[in-house]
Amino acid sequence: MPEAGNPTDKATQTAYEKLAARHRPTAPAWGNLWRAFVIGGLICTAGQAVISFFEAHGYTPTTAAPPTVVVMIGLGSLFTGMGWYDALVTWGGMGGSLPITGFANSIVAPAMEYKREGPVMGVGAKMFTVAGPVIAYGLAAAFVVGAVRWFLGLAA
Amino acid sequence: MSTFLWAFLVGGGLCTLAQVVVDRTPLLPAHVMVLFVVAGAAAGGLGVYEPLVKLAGAGASIPLPGFGYTMVEGIGKAVRHEGFLGLLTGSLSAASAGIKAVVLFGLAASLAFHPRS
Repeated sequence: MPEAGNPTDKATQTAYEKLAARHRPTAPAWGNLWRAFVIGGLICTAGQAVISFFEAHGYTPTTAAPPTVVVMIGLGSLFTGMGWYDALVTWGGMGGSLPITGFANSIVAPAMEYKREGPVMGVGAKMFTVAGPVIAYGLAAAFVVGAVRWFLGLAA
Repeated sequence: MSTFLWAFLVGGGLCTLAQVVVDRTPLLPAHVMVLFVVAGAAAGGLGVYEPLVKLAGAGASIPLPGFGYTMVEGIGKAVRHEGFLGLLTGSLSAASAGIKAVVLFGLAASLAFHPRS
């Protein structure tokens, strides 16, 4: 912290700190937690309804997973395009961001936002700002886990 | 019917856990998304994520840890069929439908929609 030699500076600083302390959220933020729980729970329940739909049309729980992911990504993209998903994330926090619909939002929102920077360095590059790290480290982690299991003979 | 209840509870629970990390650490939501994909891959490798998917269905497969789990499962399957090469082909094959869909939807949305602000 810089030295506050001037008494006026010090008084200003103290006043600022008091003001900042008053506006700082008091931990724990229970409101954030139950909103994340409700939104995340509802999105996953919707996903379960999609799985049930595919299971009713001849899919097994395993084969129903990829088309369900596609449908949920489609819904997340549509809601983002309509401008509704950002409100969901603002209210529900990680309840909106952690499901695969939030992953879709993290791609579609910058794809729309950076149109003006062009189709290559704007849309093409910026859509992976969050998804790029998620895919890169997901692939790396899966490789490490898969290699360890393979060497231990667990996957054979 | 109970699968729906478990989907709500487990899916909501994972999101609550992620919210705790965002609220209590300096990590940003993007960091937590990466962290949970990696955690899902690790949990898949330890064999603890599959029972969760069996119990809670979409409650475990729709949140991002399910994405990491899917990649690990894909490698397991590919290694059984192709051997060593499966370590490279398996995870993207398993995740391909989701990744390709999200890229196509992203490009389509950039043409069809305009940002609000």
